[in-house]
Amino acid sequence: MSVLIFVDQADGHIKKSSYEALTYGADVAKQLNTTAEALLLGASKDDIAALGKYGVTKVYQISNESLNHLDAQVYTQVIADAVNQIGASVVIFSHNQTGKAVASRVAVKLKAGLVAGACALPDTSNGFVVKKSVFSGKAFANVSIASAIKVISLNPNSYKTVAGEGNAAVEALNINVPASKVKVTAVNKVSGEVPLTEAEIVVSGGRGLKGPENWGIILDLAHVLGAATACSRPVGDAHWRPHHEHVGQTGIQIAPNLYIAVGISGAIQHLAGVNRSKVIVVINKDPEAPFFKAADYGIVGDAFEVLPKLTAEIKKLKGIA
Amino acid sequence: MKILVCVSKTPDTTSKIAFKDSNTKFDDAGVQWIINPYDEWYSLVRAIELKEKDASVVIHLVTVGDASADAVIRKALALGGDESYRINADSNDSFYIAAQIAEIAKQGAYDLVFTGKETIDYNGSAVGGMIAELIDAPYISLATKFELNGSTATVTREIEGGEEVNEVNLPVVVSCQKGVAEQRIPNMRGIMAARSKPLHVQEPVTVDALTNVVSYELPPAKAGVKLVDADNVAELVRLLHEEAKAI
Repeated sequence: MSVLIFVDQADGHIKKSSYEALTYGADVAKQLNTTAEALLLGASKDDIAALGKYGVTKVYQISNESLNHLDAQVYTQVIADAVNQIGASVVIFSHNQTGKAVASRVAVKLKAGLVAGACALPDTSNGFVVKKSVFSGKAFANVSIASAIKVISLNPNSYKTVAGEGNAAVEALNINVPASKVKVTAVNKVSGEVPLTEAEIVVSGGRGLKGPENWGIILDLAHVLGAATACSRPVGDAHWRPHHEHVGQTGIQIAPNLYIAVGISGAIQHLAGVNRSKVIVVINKDPEAPFFKAADYGIVGDAFEVLPKLTAEIKKLKGIA
Repeated sequence: MKILVCVSKTPDTTSKIAFKDSNTKFDDAGVQWIINPYDEWYSLVRAIELKEKDASVVIHLVTVGDASADAVIRKALALGGDESYRINADSNDSFYIAAQIAEIAKQGAYDLVFTGKETIDYNGSAVGGMIAELIDAPYISLATKFELNGSTATVTREIEGGEEVNEVNLPVVVSCQKGVAEQRIPNMRGIMAARSKPLHVQEPVTVDALTNVVSYELPPAKAGVKLVDADNVAELVRLLHEEAKAI
């Protein structure tokens, strides 16, 4: 009857989105008067007993080496076996890259209904109804799950992590791990940067910056904020910035706490990738830029003048010389 | 070599989103329907590219929808592809949809099943993984590159802050996104040819939907932008720090 939260790792470290899923899962368990437990596959370099701080009483670990890399088919078999062995009735994933590969398969294996991209706790007053984001952030749907086991994947950055006190018991789980049919031949990570989908703050530049040589002011601002950098589609298409920075309908969809758009007009396709951001700041010299309608704060002005000032003011605030 | 490309009918990106019947149904009045961009621009175009390289490749399209999806599937056929299936059912439960497609996938013994990374209406990113589970095949999600060498696929997929290259033997299910291919516009020859390409309409297999949309809601309207003077950047920083608590 418990709630089981899948803990996702990268390079042996627990991802930020997993802490959100843990907090969320612990709150779901409270609502259902049951316990929250966590499941971790592969080895971890982190202190996994400390996951107790997020409200789980137990962490099950299956530390088979072949689980250090994701193979959706293998993960599904292992997770579904674990859910059955533990007897969990709600399974929580983050709706991140791993969750998108695995949650849907696990749901099928468990004959469970899935709400993918949840953004709030379930409403259990009449059945089990979970709110999720639909129409690329333009609306929400309240989705009822009819099956005995329920699978939820939680949108990253949509639930606030709360850390308390306490340690969880760590228990090794003995589950057969099938052979993988997928071979990982290379991993290319952009080092030293904050991954865009995990970032709390994102600074994004558009065509208004006129050329790649002008990106210094974006990078400086991102640096003082500890932010990730992003760009609009024309900027990615023109190779001013790497493709993986493109946010929007066809690029990456993000939902940071703060999104600062510089020299981006705010076409509807761009908004579809960023409209779940909590706070949007738009800096554009065109007062008619449609992005201002979707923004919380704005400055009508020249980015080349405003941004260095903004970086300096934030340095002041943070006490950086 | 047989490829099954899953396509979905979605409202055009610029559609105004509204609901009817006490917020229980999507209001499609005045909505222009398109092929879900991830299905069209990336997975379908990549399948067509593979066929252009190797004429023995056969491309089938499949969609789950009522007759209103016919126009969309004809447009997809105009881009390329040999035959299409429409499962005559209307559902927004991803398991129901995946089960219908898996049935076609099993019957056709496809080497490769392509989906878009998600649909732009329900944003579940779920159908591909479900099909893979139902046909017991490997699943590579969020692909940014797809290469085929005989019966081995080399797929680059998005991971947090980078990418990973996977090698897998066919059959495999892959969800595609930007990078896999480039958008194409159908030409007149394609549009004419599409008219005579087979569109098989099949009744759905009996499957219980596991979820159901109870209601929809729109996000609360934004309070409106607070404009700060360009000469007073310090005020923006104060607002972000004290009011929005975002920095």
